Amino acid sequence: MCACFVKSLSLSHFRSHRLTRLKLDSRPVVFHGANGAGKTNILEAVSLLSPGRGLRRAGVEEFGRRPESLGWKIKADIDVSGRAHELETTAEPGQARTVRVDGKSRPQIALGRIVRIVWLVPAMDRIWLEGAEGRRRFLDRMTMSFMPEHAEAVLAYDKAMRERNRLLKDMVRDAHWYQVLERQMGDSGAAIMSNRNATLERLAKAQTGAETAFPAADLSIEHPNGVLLTSAGHLTDLLESGRQADLRAGRTLIGPHRVDMRGVFTQKGVPAEQCSTGEQKALLISLVLANARSLAEDTGAAPLILLDEVAAHLDSIRRRALYDEICGLGAQAWMTGTGAELFTDLGDRAQVFKVVEGQAGSEVRQ
Amino acid sequence: MMARLPGLGPRSARRAVLFLIKKRSILLGPLADAMRQVADTARECLNCGNIGTTDICEICRSEKRGNGELCVVEDVADLWAMERSGVFKGRYHVLGGTLSALDAVGPDELRIPKLVDRVKSEEIQEVILALNATVDGQTTAHYIAEQLEGGVRVTSLAQGVPIGGELDYLDDGTISAALRARKSV
Repeated sequence: MCACFVKSLSLSHFRSHRLTRLKLDSRPVVFHGANGAGKTNILEAVSLLSPGRGLRRAGVEEFGRRPESLGWKIKADIDVSGRAHELETTAEPGQARTVRVDGKSRPQIALGRIVRIVWLVPAMDRIWLEGAEGRRRFLDRMTMSFMPEHAEAVLAYDKAMRERNRLLKDMVRDAHWYQVLERQMGDSGAAIMSNRNATLERLAKAQTGAETAFPAADLSIEHPNGVLLTSAGHLTDLLESGRQADLRAGRTLIGPHRVDMRGVFTQKGVPAEQCSTGEQKALLISLVLANARSLAEDTGAAPLILLDEVAAHLDSIRRRALYDEICGLGAQAWMTGTGAELFTDLGDRAQVFKVVEGQAGSEVRQ
Repeated sequence: MMARLPGLGPRSARRAVLFLIKKRSILLGPLADAMRQVADTARECLNCGNIGTTDICEICRSEKRGNGELCVVEDVADLWAMERSGVFKGRYHVLGGTLSALDAVGPDELRIPKLVDRVKSEEIQEVILALNATVDGQTTAHYIAEQLEGGVRVTSLAQGVPIGGELDYLDDGTISAALRARKSV
């Protein structure tokens, strides 16, 4: 199988890194070191090689190294199935993030078409227990990895909804204005729902019959009040007919922004939120691996997989199984952990780096 | 003050000011005079929103331009761009922006009621929506089309491959718009 991997990465004034340069091959990459050494910052930098706000969902001003606040830059040479790309993302102080692909300015969404990145971070551990927003975001992230154009539909829907919500809050009664926005929400909303459904199908297919040590998760989309959002016209009609109720509430009460993703531990038939902490984590890992397997089948190359502190909550059997699956996929997984012993099962199948907090910021040593 | 102009940062503003001082007699003086004249005489056309030196601009006053076609643009720079091409022979209506509930820009702030009045009073047969191909531009275009529905033919500018453009450099959205708007050769 062909591979997608980072050949070199350079971080300049990014978070705790003043200047960090890494030369890599296609094997998984491991960073170990004490808390606060700057391991996750490296994974966050890699996550910014995809569209969006990265794995911490941080604002662009948070990325710059303090106290200098000179702006920051991430540069990576990537090999995607034998084709080399030079990606660069940077921001000057107070400016938006810019992206260059092979030396040319491109919109962020262009990154999604070059490199597919999936990730799992400790903040997602409570995803099954907390509000629907986190689960929707997780689903949308997976959807974008399959269909980069999903980002455009989400942006268009959010923009139209924010406009409509403002009209609702201001009690504007201009029916034409509402109609235009509702049609836009209908079009983009139907695309969002269709993409999400397609993603669930792909994940289900990738889990069926897969040789994995991780439990399969049955995923389904739960619509608000049981209303199915089936087509653009249907959603537009629902928005129009619900306008009076929305005016009273001051916000849009129906649409893809209100649906929830439910998960069930397949073998046990237990809803994910009722599973043990370890099982919930295992379900998430299972989904990330299914996502990666499906992408590898689709594109011919496994995506980059970012797993922050993933080993800490797994027993040694599952840990070994995870490493074996990653290596079997041929994926360049980027993993962090506090101790090198967590990764001994990988042996020379991985590139191991120690991250320490030095005088001039984070230092990465082989 | 110069740094407050669009497109000029503090550094380029300083360079521009120093350059003007260096060329005081041939550039700074005439520019100051011209700017004073603009400040005294420039005004918005009461009919279409174009910039001119009279209450009703030249285009609105010209009978030759009253051919029943009205081109709706977002701002005066777009009107000038259309005029540069020299192709459009009708009149304009400058909205002064796009609809944005978040920025509190509604139909009244955009001279849309005035547009509806003009369509009736000037016997307009076709309204051409020459708005930017952005989300806000298209929202505004659809809103205007709804407002004018039934009374007049409403068209919008085509979207697709620019003249001299290469397909390889186009984004997916432009290619798909161009494909949808394909025509027989």
